[in-house]
Formats: sequence, structure tokens, C-alpha cells
Amino acid sequence: MAISLTINGASHTVDAEPETPLLWVLRDNIGLTGTKYGCGIAKCGACTVMIDGKKAFSCTTKASAAVGKDVTTIEGLSEDSSHPVQVAWIEQDVPQCGYCQSGQIMAAAALLNQRPDPSDLDIDAAMSDNICRCGTYRRIRSAIHRAAEIAQG
Amino acid sequence: MKNFEMDRRRFLVTSSSAAGGLVLGFHIPTAAHAGRIMGDPWMAAEGGQEVNAWLVIDPDNTVTIRVGQSEMGEGVFTGLPMIVAEELQCDWSKVKAVYAEVNRHVRNKAEPYMVAAGAAKETDGLYQRMSTGGSGAVRRSRLYLAQAGASARERLKQAAADTWGVARADVSAEDSVLSSGSNSGTFGEFAAAAATIDLDQEPAIKTPEEYTLIGQSLPRLDTPLKVNGSATYGIDVRVPDMVYAAVEVSPVPGGRLVSYDFDAVKDRPGVLAAHRLGEGGIGVLHYDLGDVAQRVTGIQSGVAVIADSYYRALTALQLMPKEWDAGEFGDVSDESIINGALEVLANPDDPTYNPANSVGDARAAIAASDNTLEATYVTPYLEHACMEPMNCTAHVTADRADVWVGTQNPPRALSVAAEEAGLPEEQVHVHTTFLGTGFGRRLRQDEVRQATAIAKAQGQPVKVVWTREETTKQGKFRPYSTYHFSASMNGDSKPEAYWNRIVSHSIFNHQIPQFLNEGIDRQAVEGLDARLPYVFDHQQTDYAIRDSHMPVHWWRSVGASQNAFAIESFVDEMAHAAGADPLEFRLALLPEDSEFRNPLEVAAKEAGWTTDLRAGEGMGIGMSEAFGTIVAQVAYVTVSRRGQLRVESIDCAIDCGHVIHPRLVQDQVESQVVFGLTAALYGEIHIQNGAVVEDNFDQYLMLRINEMPEVNTHFALSGGEKWGGVGEPAVPPVAPAVANAIFAATGKRVRRLPLRNHDLIG
Ligand code: FES
Ligand code: FES
Repeated sequence: MAISLTINGASHTVDAEPETPLLWVLRDNIGLTGTKYGCGIAKCGACTVMIDGKKAFSCTTKASAAVGKDVTTIEGLSEDSSHPVQVAWIEQDVPQCGYCQSGQIMAAAALLNQRPDPSDLDIDAAMSDNICRCGTYRRIRSAIHRAAEIAQG
Repeated sequence: MKNFEMDRRRFLVTSSSAAGGLVLGFHIPTAAHAGRIMGDPWMAAEGGQEVNAWLVIDPDNTVTIRVGQSEMGEGVFTGLPMIVAEELQCDWSKVKAVYAEVNRHVRNKAEPYMVAAGAAKETDGLYQRMSTGGSGAVRRSRLYLAQAGASARERLKQAAADTWGVARADVSAEDSVLSSGSNSGTFGEFAAAAATIDLDQEPAIKTPEEYTLIGQSLPRLDTPLKVNGSATYGIDVRVPDMVYAAVEVSPVPGGRLVSYDFDAVKDRPGVLAAHRLGEGGIGVLHYDLGDVAQRVTGIQSGVAVIADSYYRALTALQLMPKEWDAGEFGDVSDESIINGALEVLANPDDPTYNPANSVGDARAAIAASDNTLEATYVTPYLEHACMEPMNCTAHVTADRADVWVGTQNPPRALSVAAEEAGLPEEQVHVHTTFLGTGFGRRLRQDEVRQATAIAKAQGQPVKVVWTREETTKQGKFRPYSTYHFSASMNGDSKPEAYWNRIVSHSIFNHQIPQFLNEGIDRQAVEGLDARLPYVFDHQQTDYAIRDSHMPVHWWRSVGASQNAFAIESFVDEMAHAAGADPLEFRLALLPEDSEFRNPLEVAAKEAGWTTDLRAGEGMGIGMSEAFGTIVAQVAYVTVSRRGQLRVESIDCAIDCGHVIHPRLVQDQVESQVVFGLTAALYGEIHIQNGAVVEDNFDQYLMLRINEMPEVNTHFALSGGEKWGGVGEPAVPPVAPAVANAIFAATGKRVRRLPLRNHDLIG
């Protein structure tokens, strides 16, 4: 079955059942493997993307629910890793294994969309959906504050 | 609540090394290191001159350094090239890193000059040691990597000396430039000549005082790939004509798939095939509990469904009717396993005990004592919960097999794949990807064997992905362990006698029984046998094995992770029984020259150790030695009136001797604190009807950012000959430090993990 989606500003038509999680359409049909699979049940955040600028778990979002919306994945956050969150992440060398980091970065970017200068409590609330088994939480926190500074110039 | 400014200040790493007072700040980062590792890290750029197996120099002085260890977050793609570059004296800004080629390691022997220099002692393979575990990346590869760099540097100098008609001693090498008097040239210009030079004698490597690059917290070379989705993990591999497999195998180890009905799902979109796995199906080596080799990597009975996308394969697998036979272990539970061990523990005369350590006559001293202390401790089975679920992509043809996998042991993956493919090892190629963590789980290769068998049966490239549920249920678990301690508290300044019995599921017995030493599993008694840091006039440790049908395996810091909880908690109990301060009590039990003293004192000082806190607040100590590194920690916790625990901070002093990259070590320590705290708070694998109960992160809980304590890392480096590992040793002290802090805060003693099972209302 054909589904048409707009991913990172480009339109794609894929052969998948409408109930297929967006995660697997992104990864297998479109080849955007930066979005990761961790749990499949909205409990780890590895699959986080933005839909119309808001964070979403692509593992529990049906592909059909993304039709007509703007989906942004890590590959589309910026062309050249110049999004303030990516810049701050590089500056502070946040990733260890890196597997969770696409999701962390997308969740952080979505947070800054809503709260340009988040408090630690805001960060706790927004980022506790995302597991990092490497335990990079302290760097994530400080890099979000740094990204807010960068974004505000 | 943590304050960001405070956090930022805490970011500075304070060093308590003999050098004293050195404060290391942030390295000013740039994006200039982009492109220094490929997204597909097994792919080397073409061209350049190989000077030796570890390094290739391009005409433009780019130096590509080959890395034999697997990048799973610990930073080997940055730290190990630094060791080579330190000696080579090349321009670090032009260093690239790539994985060493496994197939070549298997085919080629160590280079003769490396053997001559005494640097090739790990294996006879070209790259010496290509497995990543046991916190060995620096500890066990430092000498040969340094030698590779030094030997290449001297060859470059000799090549220049020959051209210029001067002595090698008169040529200097700095930042990829060779010079002597008015002559100068680049590494790139002399690389080809250097590759042909033989030296009479290989150069000595530097001593730590001579380091200029080592010791700097340089930006990680892999970061740019990990902020834009371009780092390729095993699960991301895509090869032409690839199809996808979803698998389900017997949830009970040793059980079997009786039947399945592929006809019921074969007409679903994209579905291509089903293959029976293990008994009666595909695969060379089938799982058999009675055979060590087979139970370590054998293929469990089950089924794979193949489709043109993973979700189609998975849906068909889940909808396909299946019938299972649990086999002979269908009534086993974690309770039955652990209760069995506790029965042995309660009987000191059980004939299956073997002595692990004995000084004096502890048993008699305790029997004669009128002042004894006894306690029993239990730690559960744990799963690794790698962030990246298990997966492997394989392609098998008549004369070649290719495997793409994030593995901690590429040569072992290669031999497993060769066996399943039915090909000589020379014809098998393992392409190591980035690893979405390993923690020991990716040393096992069971996914490699399964994927190779499936790809061979399918006759085209197949990517096998395990769901999170399958990953948890098919875990290879850290064993449970149980402990009984008795002590005679008589004695002038310290308890006179200590007797410890341990009953556990033995990894050695499960995997490598030939390495049991008179019934003792060395890692199961780590830190509790002669390695016990404390001394008593009489001390005795006995060990008995009680295995179950569960597959057990190495897990970040393994035995130390559970043993430190038991001994450090019991020492705390002894201190309180003696009415002593737990810090003073420990110091009194340590020999004068104990290497534990300095880290313990540093952690206590930095934490502001005190027992004088309000009710509901407490500090606790834990310490341990693992992989040649000592770590002491002080945890500070609060427990609310309603019993809500918060771990506020952990001060961690580490003596690993020397440090290559301080910030990577700090990151490792934080990572290990999170790992240890996750296990202490939540970690527990239950077994019902022979199978694992937990399946996903809604049940097997992980520490999250809102629970993250402040972690302060303090280097307490003793230098000298000590080069300890840094990938694991900060895990073990966490659980006892926190449990002891809980006791200080509430008077509640936790003797069985995890903490979340305990009511902490004071
Ligand atoms: S994979 Fe979607 S939240 Fe875990
Ligand atoms: S960086 Fe490894 S899981 Fe987060």
C-alpha cells in the first residue's frame, strides 16, 4: 500500500501498511537510519522525531498519522550540524556510544522550540522520556543550557 | 535541585595525583575534527602508505590509525590513536581513525619487529588483541600501540637521515615534520621509504613524564558522527538485496519450538520465508544445556520469519501460530533458584564448598566468641539492557561470508560465522560497526551465529533484529549471588575473625569450566578471597557453585559488582556494631601500605565525610578494586518521611595509575555510576516457569535524567607501574555506598538488591 509522507521537507511515497510505525518507515523504507529503535513502546526515546515541530515517538506513531504533516528527523535538523543543539553537543562532547543521542537531540530541540531558556526542572520533565544507558545525563543537561545560550545569540 | 552554575564548576576535574592540584578545564572544541572517522567505521579511505599495520600516512600528512578495539562509548577511537600519535609525533589535527581489519588479523601474524621489541605479547595475531572487555583497551594495548608509533617514527627519521646523509640521532620529528639542520621534510614525503627500513634495534617507548599529547582532554573524533545520525550501528546496516528477519526462540533456555504454521501468514505483504532455528532446523551448532560450547553460543530452538521490511517480518512472526515445549526447566523460578542457594548458604558443612582463602582459624574463633555478627546478602540476575537491541546482518555465498555487527570480539564473531557458513576463516569478513553499548553482552556472538545460519538458509543478505523483548528474554545474564558473613567482634582494635561463604551461579562453570581452580570461580570471589582489602587475624572465604538453566555472562564489572555490595555493606555493619565511624573503621582494617587508603581518604575528604547529619540524610562509603584500578565512593542520600530515596551526590576517587585522556575517564566514571545506580535501584530479572519475566523498559527500569545525582570524579593517581582499566571499576562501589548511606539516613539495612523492593520509611 502506498503512503505519502513529508520527511525533512522532501516528499516520499512508500509501500507500507498504514499502521506501520513511522520508525520503521523512516529506517527501512526511506533509509533514514539516524532515528533509532530502542523499545518500540514509547519508553526510551531513541526514536524521537519532530512532527510539526513537536516531539513524537516514531515507534508508536502510525505512518498514517504522519500523513500531511512535517516530519523532521535527526538528518533534517540541519544540513551541517549547525542547529544550536548540535553545536552544543559537539562543544561538550556529549555522546558516548551515541545510540540514544539522535533521540536526545531531537527531544532537546523540541524542548527549546517550546521553552527557549529551560530550567533544570523543565529539562527533567522534557528529557526523562529518553534513556541513556551510557549515562551522559549531566552533559545532556549542560549542553541544553548551552544550546539555549547559543540560540539566543 | 541541582544548580547549573554549580554543575558547571563541578565539571572541572580535580586531580589529587602526586603531581598535586592540577585542574583540567574544558578543551576548547571546534568542529575541525569532523570527517576524521567514517560513518561506516570499518571503511578505510583508499590510498596512502602503510608504514606498519597500525598506521598509514598520506602524502598530505594525514595519518590514519587503525584501532583494534570496538567503539561502544568508551572512546577507543580517540584514546587509542592518541597513544600511537604520542610516539609518532605527528600532527594530531590530521589524525584519522578506522577499525583494524579483522580478517587480516586472523590471517597475518604479529610483525616480527613488534615481537623483537617485546611489544607483541597478547596473541600471535597481527593486531594482538581485538576483543574489547575486561577494561583492557588501554591497559592491555598500550605497550604495542606505543611501540607501533615509536617504531614508525624512527623509521621515518632513518629514511630522512639516509636522504640527507646525516645520522638518525640528528633528525627530529615533530608535528609530522622531520628536520635536521637546514634540511626538512614531511612524514608524507618519507613514508614510502620508511616502510622499507629495518632498524637494528627498536626504539624504547616514552615514559609518562615525556608525554605531550597524552593527558590532554582532546575532542572525541567520533562526536560529529553521533550528532547528525551518520554513525552506523549494526542495526543501521543496509546492503544491496538485503531482506529482514524477525526471530523468536524458546523463552525457556533449553525448551523447544514444537510447531509453527507459516501458511497462516505467508500471504501477508512482503513476507518471503520462515526458517526453523536450532533443533530440527538450520544452524550447525544447536543449543544444548549439557555442552559448554553449545550453551555458550548455540542456536536456541525457534523460528525466523523473513520479509522485505522488518516490520512486516515482525508482524508476521507475531501473528504466526506457534507451539512451545518448555522442556525440563519449565517450573523453575528465580525464587526456587535463589532459595536453593540460600539453603546451601545456611549449611556451613555442605560438602560442595571449596576454600577460596584461609588465614588462621576463623571458624574456631567465631565459634568461641561471645560477640558475633552475622548477615546474609543476595544479589539478583541482571540483564545488560544494551541501548541498541541485539542484531546482526550477514551474507553467505559459496566462497565468502560477510558479517556486519557491533561486536566486542570481532575475531570470535569471525570464527563463529566461519563455522556456521562452512567456510575457512580466511574467507570470512567481519565489518565492525559502532556499538550501541556492549557491557559484555556483545562478547557472546549468539546473534552472529543465528544471523549467519539464517542468511545461509535464505541465500541472500539478511538483517536479523531482535525486538527489545527478545533482547531481554534472550539475555545472557549477570549471575545471582548469595553471601553469608560471620565475624567475631572481639579483638583489641578491630574484629578478630571474619568468615564468608558465597554460593552463586558461576560464569566460569557455565562457559569455561577448565578455568575453575579447585572449584573456585575466580571472578565469583573477586575481592573476597586473598584480594580482600581488609585484614583480620583469622579470615576464611568458602565458595560453592549452584548453577541454573539460565545462560550467564560477563556484565560490566561482573563479580565485583555484587561482591562489593556484600562486603562493603557488611563492613559497614561491623563498624556500626563496634560503635565506630565507618571511615575510621575501614582505615583501621586496612594495612598501613594498602593502596586503598589514598582513594578512600580522597573520596571522604572531597565529599566532606560526616556521620553528623539530620535524620533522613546520610553518607555511605563503598570501595572496590577491579581490573587493576581502585575506586572509592561516598554517596550522599536523602530519604523523605514517606520513604522516597534520592541519591543526591556521589564523590568518586579513582586510582588507575595513569590517565590517557582525563575527560574520557571522567565520562567513564559517570557512566559507571549511572550503570551501578540503575542496577542498585531497579535491577532484577525475575524468572517464572523457566522464562524471564521482564521484557521491556516498562518493567526493567533504567535510571533517567531526573534521577541523576551529582557525580564528582577525583583522580587519586599513584602513577608508577600502575595502568589500571577504566571501563568498569566505578560500578561496584555504587550499590554499597548508597545502601550504607540509606542506613545512615534511616537505620534500615538493605541486604538484598534491588533497593526499590525495600520500604525505606524510617
Ligand atoms: S523506540 Fe520509541 S520510545 Fe523507545
Ligand atoms: S550515549 Fe550511549 S546510550 Fe546514550
